[in-house]
Amino acid sequence: MRIKREEVEHVAHLARLDLEGDELEKMTSQLDMILSYVAQLDELDTTGIEPTTHAFSITNAFREDAVKPSLEQQEALANGPDHTRDSFVVPRVI
Amino acid sequence: MEPYELTITEAVALMADRKLSSTELTKSCLDRIEQTEAVMKSFISLQPDRALRAAADADKKRAAGAGGSLLGVPLSLKDLLCTRGIPTTCGSRILENFIPPYDATVVERLSAEGAVIVGKAAMDEFAMGSTSETCAFKVPSNPWATDCVAGGSSGGSAASVASGQVLGSLGSDTGGSIRQPASLCGIVGMKPTYGRVSRYGLVAFASSLDQIGPLTRDVTDAAVMMQAICGYDERDSTSVDRPVEDYHLFLSEGVNGVRIGVPREYFGPGLDPEVRRTVMNGVEVLKSAGAQVVDVSIPHIEYCVAVYYLIAPAEASSNLARYDGVAYGFRDKNAADLLDMYKETRSQGFGPEVKRRILIGTYALSSGYYDAYYKKASQVRTLILNDFKKAWEQCDVLISPVTPTPAWKKGEKLDDPLAMYLSDIFTLSTNLAGLPGLSVPGGFSTGGLPIGIQLQAPHFHEGELLRCGYNLEMGVNLERLLPPLMNAV
Repeated sequence: MRIKREEVEHVAHLARLDLEGDELEKMTSQLDMILSYVAQLDELDTTGIEPTTHAFSITNAFREDAVKPSLEQQEALANGPDHTRDSFVVPRVI
Repeated sequence: MEPYELTITEAVALMADRKLSSTELTKSCLDRIEQTEAVMKSFISLQPDRALRAAADADKKRAAGAGGSLLGVPLSLKDLLCTRGIPTTCGSRILENFIPPYDATVVERLSAEGAVIVGKAAMDEFAMGSTSETCAFKVPSNPWATDCVAGGSSGGSAASVASGQVLGSLGSDTGGSIRQPASLCGIVGMKPTYGRVSRYGLVAFASSLDQIGPLTRDVTDAAVMMQAICGYDERDSTSVDRPVEDYHLFLSEGVNGVRIGVPREYFGPGLDPEVRRTVMNGVEVLKSAGAQVVDVSIPHIEYCVAVYYLIAPAEASSNLARYDGVAYGFRDKNAADLLDMYKETRSQGFGPEVKRRILIGTYALSSGYYDAYYKKASQVRTLILNDFKKAWEQCDVLISPVTPTPAWKKGEKLDDPLAMYLSDIFTLSTNLAGLPGLSVPGGFSTGGLPIGIQLQAPHFHEGELLRCGYNLEMGVNLERLLPPLMNAV
């Protein structure tokens, strides 16, 4: 086994997901299968190879810090599941 | 011939000659949708009234002498492109009620050319899938065999264009999601170079791989749509500021002297013999049109699936952290505290494939595993890029299959994620290397299912791709058939 049930539970917590019973079992065996498959990358010697994060080099896209029209507050709030006139509302934090 | 059967180019010419109005054309498409949608299931949402108003507006504009390369043309959009005032679900429960307050750049650009948006097309949830079966709302059918998948993740886009519901569509391609459904449905699909089309307003899946592109009935229409959507946009920091070529000019050029590379690793033992035959016929077609055929090698292609299914989930796990039930989308309202609200919202809002990828990605990026998985995959990505660089020293365009097999039955691979991932083997490298790719219909299997041919080219060589694609299309010379579904209804 490349990944254990407890590790999947831990990763799920990090990703803010709850997996229950059967779902956790099934996910563990599927992740194990996928991780076993991707382990073929170990066949390759990548010593000294630079990792690629973008297919071609791009530099930071700077722009003038100028004020431009943006979303109105009400528009920005409109999709919120719970909001007041000027802020999003969430359940108790502490 | 009904108006909905026209290509974009044919329809625009007829409208310019006042032989057809956009209202007639749009009504024809809407009727077609009404007749076929129960079987096709291409759309998550339809906006017929809005479309008819846009069509009437286009007719007025044309009467007043205004142009526009897509003036009055009915199109669909994959449901991950933000449309102001129109729900954009991404095929997910978590965004079921999301109504964007702005348009994606590509939507603005299509509107500026006068396009008529008919509806939002079905797709795999967050574009994660190869059959559109992970969609929370609809699973589109393959118009050539309705018990088969349309492909994915832009399956609704492909199904809507191939079945005559609209004349063209925009999809997105992170690992083949435009080219693969285009191939399985018998139409043209193009993935532009990374950075060629603005991603502003595209709901992100894997940001270093995602790119928007057209699905159309022929290569000429792909050139028309590409012309409309390509170009720099300051709102996407990865958008490339570089002039857009006149793609139409490339179509009339032949392929005399063009070096067509045949990467031998794409033709291994797992390839369906009918797919092989179809692609080799494409090679012959280009050869007899004057192209030079070269044997090339992309040795690391066999590692693409492993690399992609680490990098794409890693990026996705980060991008999808934003779905927390706070500012938009679904929220579980019974949660006792904030942490519980996050977990319940995400656990109920996401489907199994999305959860699977979030977990793989979180794991691959987590402390202690980062070097072994994410970094390793990113290093092998460099090796894949180098393979392509070497290939471009020997050839101008690569020709290959799009998928190892034609379309398969619905449900067949849904419970076997690895089998599903392996079906993407020929399309993933294009995204990992940021290249442009094109899928062109090449023929049919003996079972009557379409088989596409893939072309790939160096960065920003879209013109070259369209030129080869057009010559391939002319040479293969498939009778432009709409699926039997067309005639049955």
